[in-house]
Amino acid sequence: MAISKITKDSAEAFAFSAPKLEWAKKQLEKYPADRKQSCVIPFLWEAQKENGGYVDAAVVRYLSDMLDMAEIRVYEVVSFYTMFNTAPVGEHFVQVCTTTPCWLRGSDEIVKVCKNKIARAANTLSEDGKFSWMEVECLGACANAPMVQINDNYFEDLDETIMAEILDALAEGKDVTPGSQKGRKSSEPFGELTSLSDPALYGGAE
Amino acid sequence: MPTATVDGIEVEYEPGMTVMQVCELAGREIPRFCYHERLSVAGNCRMCLVEVEGGPPKPAASCAMPCAPDMKIHTDTPMVKKARDGVMEFLLINHPLDCPICDQGGECDLQDQAMAFGVDGSRYDENKRAVTNKDLGPLIRTIMTRCIHCTRCVRFTTEVAGISDMGLIGRGESAEITSYLDKAVDSELSGNVIDLCPVGALTSKPYAFKARPWELKKTETVDVMDAVGSNIRVDTRGREVMRILPRLNEDVNEEWISDKTRFIWDGLRRQRLDKPYVRRDGKLEPATWDEAFAAIAEKLKGLEGSKVAAIAGDMVCAESMYALKGLMDSLGSPNVDCRQDGAKLKGPRSNYLFNTTIAGIEDADALLLIGTNPRHEAPLINARIRKAWAASNMPIGNVGAVHDLTYDVDQLGAGPATLKDIADGNHSFASVLKNAKRPMLIIGQGALARADGAAILSLAAKVAETTGMVSEDWNGFNVLHTAAARVAGLDLGLVPGEGGHDVANILTGVEGGDIEVVYLLGADEIETRRLSRAFVIYQGSHGDAGAHAADVVLPGAAYTEKNAIWVNTEGRVQHGRRAVYPPGEAKEDWSILRALSGVIGKPLPWKTQGELVAAMIEAHPHFGSANTAPEGNSLDLGSVGVSGAVGDMGFASPVTDFYLTNPIARASEIMAECSAVFVHGQNRAKTAEASGTNG
Repeated sequence: MAISKITKDSAEAFAFSAPKLEWAKKQLEKYPADRKQSCVIPFLWEAQKENGGYVDAAVVRYLSDMLDMAEIRVYEVVSFYTMFNTAPVGEHFVQVCTTTPCWLRGSDEIVKVCKNKIARAANTLSEDGKFSWMEVECLGACANAPMVQINDNYFEDLDETIMAEILDALAEGKDVTPGSQKGRKSSEPFGELTSLSDPALYGGAE
Repeated sequence: MPTATVDGIEVEYEPGMTVMQVCELAGREIPRFCYHERLSVAGNCRMCLVEVEGGPPKPAASCAMPCAPDMKIHTDTPMVKKARDGVMEFLLINHPLDCPICDQGGECDLQDQAMAFGVDGSRYDENKRAVTNKDLGPLIRTIMTRCIHCTRCVRFTTEVAGISDMGLIGRGESAEITSYLDKAVDSELSGNVIDLCPVGALTSKPYAFKARPWELKKTETVDVMDAVGSNIRVDTRGREVMRILPRLNEDVNEEWISDKTRFIWDGLRRQRLDKPYVRRDGKLEPATWDEAFAAIAEKLKGLEGSKVAAIAGDMVCAESMYALKGLMDSLGSPNVDCRQDGAKLKGPRSNYLFNTTIAGIEDADALLLIGTNPRHEAPLINARIRKAWAASNMPIGNVGAVHDLTYDVDQLGAGPATLKDIADGNHSFASVLKNAKRPMLIIGQGALARADGAAILSLAAKVAETTGMVSEDWNGFNVLHTAAARVAGLDLGLVPGEGGHDVANILTGVEGGDIEVVYLLGADEIETRRLSRAFVIYQGSHGDAGAHAADVVLPGAAYTEKNAIWVNTEGRVQHGRRAVYPPGEAKEDWSILRALSGVIGKPLPWKTQGELVAAMIEAHPHFGSANTAPEGNSLDLGSVGVSGAVGDMGFASPVTDFYLTNPIARASEIMAECSAVFVHGQNRAKTAEASGTNG
């Protein structure tokens, strides 16, 4: 895991949009005046969304002013959490889980699709600028491995072909359905139940 | 007091102590990397693990655990040994084995503790990690692969130095210490992180690859860069000062020193006056001591005493000032002054001292700064104020220019008008001071070294009087000096005698032809070009402004080259020790004055430094008690300053460039680079380091 680093100062300024600023003020009321920095993680998260999916020096400067923190203290938080990106991400930001269960179920193939369809290297924008991808640690959907997260949605039960289709569909601007791509509900087994199948187990409800 | 047992030894401890402190009371050494007495507890190196009976069945970090009554602590059980072995092995997994090329080698906590508490091998076969070096400015060299993430540097810069530039980014194996956007660490105290770093990650850039600790001779002495009188250790090899380190003195500098104190040493080798010079046909030419003295004797022959003047500089020792005063007395000259900046200060003694004492700042509960920028005039006093402020959040008001002092300051006003309001009780801060139990004020040379200085001093005394700053057990009236020599000079009476001229009048006297001979004892901070009509004798260590204006140059010793007495701004008499001999033909300053007095036929009444000091102590008994601040409270506020009209010009600090305040600093390349980077904000291309084997 590499740290996402901010290495360049940003000449531009960042500011919350008016409704977001309203929201931020409400959040600040929850804390005593000398504990404003408690808000740093939610504010960074919202700022990242408003800043096109990543945090740069301008965001750090804005929040350090707003929360009375030194810039380095904000940056420490940014660099600690992998959910904060420090380089521009695509409009469709693909996070491929490559932790053991997904890897056993073929996450290498998914990574290969991303390399071919998006960009050879992780954390780089695709040629059309619409996509970027990165490897992440376990996203907690191991029962439906392999899986990826695209923006706010999980896409599960993937394989090479399905992943390619999803990316193509997104590139054409079509809607895609999140969740299991093999039609199962939640993490129930494919086909018949193989355990807990005795109806007597469920007698209590009768 | 509660008791606890450490390895079967019962010890009494003060409530609130940590397990580590209790172990130390019992005489047990606990290894540690991240813990430091003067910084907050981080508890992240895990080296200080001990076993506590009755607690959870695992080792406990002794630095962060408060000791409970009747606790049974073990530091020598198999569990503790195994824990230390394990932590040490983990630390060494990613630490490079480059001790032979590491500047910390020989004085490295990791090296020492690996020898004392580690195991002899490693089971780690993978590649070690590598971390890019960071550029922290011209003073601190980084080899970040060696870093063990104790975060002492982060805590020091944030808590003590008061600048939040450094931080720990990332986590786990990717954690790194860095400054945000590679900013240089802009603090006058930044060099202390070099001492704090337990490994060779942060080392001294100017000292890189210069020497090994075991080949250095260590001399304990006193610093003269400012009037704090920081206690230092000068490390020398042969005839050269290789580096300067702090020495512990809780009352003065704790264990920190300023960057100027620490990195001045290259200035001690450059621009040195190593032989006498005499001006012949408008050009300074090398001469012998006899020729130099003869030239002076000839000039002084038959000259009226009132036509001779002497000015003592900012870094001269008490002995040489006493000798100078003796010489001028024997010549019958009342024109002596040690206040190069023209500060309107004079005795009695407590009228010009930092009476609260430096350690006493921590007891204060309100502070008024007048015409001073302690961050640049006395960085360690500023650190003490910050410490007191951080502990008690005391109100601090400032009258004078606006400075970033690293703590919250109420900016009250710019100059004398505001001070008058406070003295008259018409200002809201007056009641803040009045309501405080132990209020104090610090008046700087920026308020005193001006025409209305005496009147401002008297206004400050009025503030102290009306707000109750001086009582039987508290003295909150403080003068902050900028020159190491100033208090001793005032103690020894180096102020104009009856009918005598001060520095400003000496300069006009020279221009008007009333004064024909001027003796500059290390005095470089005056307008020396105005001395062109006089015969100027310069005695000092460096070829700076004074020597350029001189007709005779007498090479003296710098502060590391003589056994001498200095008095700091608190009035604390401290003894400096000689670390190296003066270069070339240069001599100790008192002996030059003694020899000259013989040549002109008015020998001073002592022949050795011992006799001189004995005579000085007889005349001024307080020079006999070393290392303590004056006791008793004899300040009579009514006698401080002279009431009168004040101007309306705002106060400005006399220190505009912290790194270039004296001749030694101006000779130093390191200081010149610091000034360029930190004061003038030039880019740091020059500090880029050579790579690979080219170090």
